[in-house]
Amino acid sequence: MWKKRILALIILILGAGIACFVFKSEPKLNSNFENQNSFFKHSPFRLGLDLSGGSHLIYKADVSAIGAGEVSNSMNALRDVIERRVNLFGVSEPVVQIQEGGFVSGGEEKLIVDLPGVTDVEKATAMIGQTPLLEFKTEAPKDQPQQLVVDENGVAKVDVSQQFVGTELTGRYLKKAILEFDQNTREPKVGLQFDDKGTELFAQITKNNVGKIVAIYLDGAPISTPVVREEITGGIAQISGNFTPTEAKQLVGRLNSGALPVPITLLSKQTIGASLGDNAMNSGVKAAIIGFLLVALFLIFWYRLPGLVAVLSLCIYIVIILTLFKLLPVTLTAAGIAGFIISIGIAVDANVLIFERVKEELRSGRTITDSVSTGFSRAWFSIRDSNTSSIITAIILFWFGTSLIKGFALTLGMGVLVSMLSAITITKIFLSAISFIGESKFARFLFSSGLSK
Amino acid sequence: MFIIKYKKIFIGISILLVILSIVSLSVFGLNVGIDFKGGALTEVVYKDARPIQVDLSVSLEALNFGSVLLQPTGDTGYIVKSRDLNETEHSLLLKTLSEDGKVSLEEKSFNSIGPSVGRELTKKAIVAIILVSFAIILFITYAFRKVSKPVSSWKYGFMAVISLLHDVIIPVGLFSMLSHYYGAELDTLFVVAVLTILGLSVSDTIVIFDRIRENLKNRVGTSFNEIVGKSLEQSYVRSVCTSLTVILVLLSLVFFGPTSTKYFALMLTAGMFFGTYSSIFLASPLLVLMEELQAKKK
Repeated sequence: MWKKRILALIILILGAGIACFVFKSEPKLNSNFENQNSFFKHSPFRLGLDLSGGSHLIYKADVSAIGAGEVSNSMNALRDVIERRVNLFGVSEPVVQIQEGGFVSGGEEKLIVDLPGVTDVEKATAMIGQTPLLEFKTEAPKDQPQQLVVDENGVAKVDVSQQFVGTELTGRYLKKAILEFDQNTREPKVGLQFDDKGTELFAQITKNNVGKIVAIYLDGAPISTPVVREEITGGIAQISGNFTPTEAKQLVGRLNSGALPVPITLLSKQTIGASLGDNAMNSGVKAAIIGFLLVALFLIFWYRLPGLVAVLSLCIYIVIILTLFKLLPVTLTAAGIAGFIISIGIAVDANVLIFERVKEELRSGRTITDSVSTGFSRAWFSIRDSNTSSIITAIILFWFGTSLIKGFALTLGMGVLVSMLSAITITKIFLSAISFIGESKFARFLFSSGLSK
Repeated sequence: MFIIKYKKIFIGISILLVILSIVSLSVFGLNVGIDFKGGALTEVVYKDARPIQVDLSVSLEALNFGSVLLQPTGDTGYIVKSRDLNETEHSLLLKTLSEDGKVSLEEKSFNSIGPSVGRELTKKAIVAIILVSFAIILFITYAFRKVSKPVSSWKYGFMAVISLLHDVIIPVGLFSMLSHYYGAELDTLFVVAVLTILGLSVSDTIVIFDRIRENLKNRVGTSFNEIVGKSLEQSYVRSVCTSLTVILVLLSLVFFGPTSTKYFALMLTAGMFFGTYSSIFLASPLLVLMEELQAKKK
């Protein structure tokens, strides 16, 4: 007997400990969040776009020019490039994933980009689709006529773009770009290293243009116009274009992220404003709390003492599942929260099955302790059967769903599984621990249910 | 047991509801949303008063986006439904909505889905529905694999499937009414709701049928309908209680939850309610009815 009571106590303490973790690792609940250690800081709930606000973009990748065996490689390369570009915006936790074109998806290779907190979808798509165009141009021949342009203020100017002519050398032949700082002025610079072909081209260009300007163009505008002093054969160049450190860093990132291996087109996009997300989040939490309170009231009113025990084990179920959401982590969406809320209702199902059995056993004249243990073993098959179909549905939904459905399927499926465990083990331990209350009339009243006396 | 005694009335109610649902479905139809057919949905909220609807409609017409639907939402907002828009078209739309920047607005949400994504989702939804139905029927077959007398096991399965159809058709009929009167749209969540109802409602029926077979084995009563009646008596409280807890949380989701899951929760509530109704008042009475017909034949 004492063993069971100690076990019940341990479970209660463990439950309280987990609840404490859930509380401490949530910035909204814990006013002292900044001072917590990193374990707590790294485990807030991960919110989906519909709750946090942000953009959800679906791109189609045109892989028609690529051999069948190469598709998955180029899709991975594409994802890496897009991921690098996305990371440059400084978005927290962007998600870039490939959706393979199987039988169900209609054979199209897709790329899904989730940008939490980014609501300016135009800017986002522009940045994702953008390949920095790096060009090297040489001075135009002297004898070529140059046009004077008179601007609106009446000042005559030489059109700069006509002063230079393009060369074969472009960003295509770039091996990598690095951020450098000038030894003396601490001015940020972008170092370029060409690949073999690029090195060859660069050597040729510099050789032919000693004493002249070789202009470096980025996205069609000259950013640096250095004068060549000698032939450069090492394949290394430097752009010093009055950058701020941030600009230089961004340019390096963009140059390194390179060109897209396959062309992409935007298929669909979704933006959720931050206020809408906040509203959805708040009402989701509100619905969960109210739903839980209603269920708890009903359980205590209808099942009395066992009902109270069920509420206790329901509380433990809730903190366990919330902790799982944090640690796995599960991305919570509005549908996901709905799945979780429904699972609160279903979690009680097993308890109700057990209590009804216990009640029957009591009626047949057994003692309370006996009834509890027979009730549990008899109810198990019904519990298993009644949850199987929900689990089947959740698995299929998870397997086939889009990210929205997946969130629902995952929270519902996890809820059903965890609740089966918690209802059976935790409720049983608690009920056995309190069966010391004896066999008095009052004790039997506490263990019966509904409107009966 | 009164349920068995008045079984024809209860079965009649179910038949009536199913017929009503089918009629509503064929009259009102379902309002297919942009998830499946593609298109764009833009929701904006104005800082102060919103511009007059007619004026905006005229200037939206001038954009040549095809048919554009403008619906007022909230106190100072509009929802604009159109075909799917690319970036330039989207910013053009926002510019028009803000009357070239004269009135300030906030874009609450924007959702543009290309037709191919919609087609893909439709395909996925159909495959998922087929798979879930198939898996559930397999599960029912498995649950009733042991032959029992006087009603053979496949008939239990058949009844479970009938009550399953009943549980799905009624909420769908209800949804078609919501769709007609309140503009609810058939979206991804609708499909999820249907599939979840499939999963949730069958379990109730199975638990009651389990009871019937257990009582048949133990010869609790003399006649089949007495045994079914006793089994119902033993299990209806449990059925009502478990559905009640789920319905309680669903209702709190309907009334307090996020707007995006409102219709979803409402459909599930209906599914849960009729699922419980069918497992108590439809499936078992049908079993008894079938047994009686069988006996008459002999």
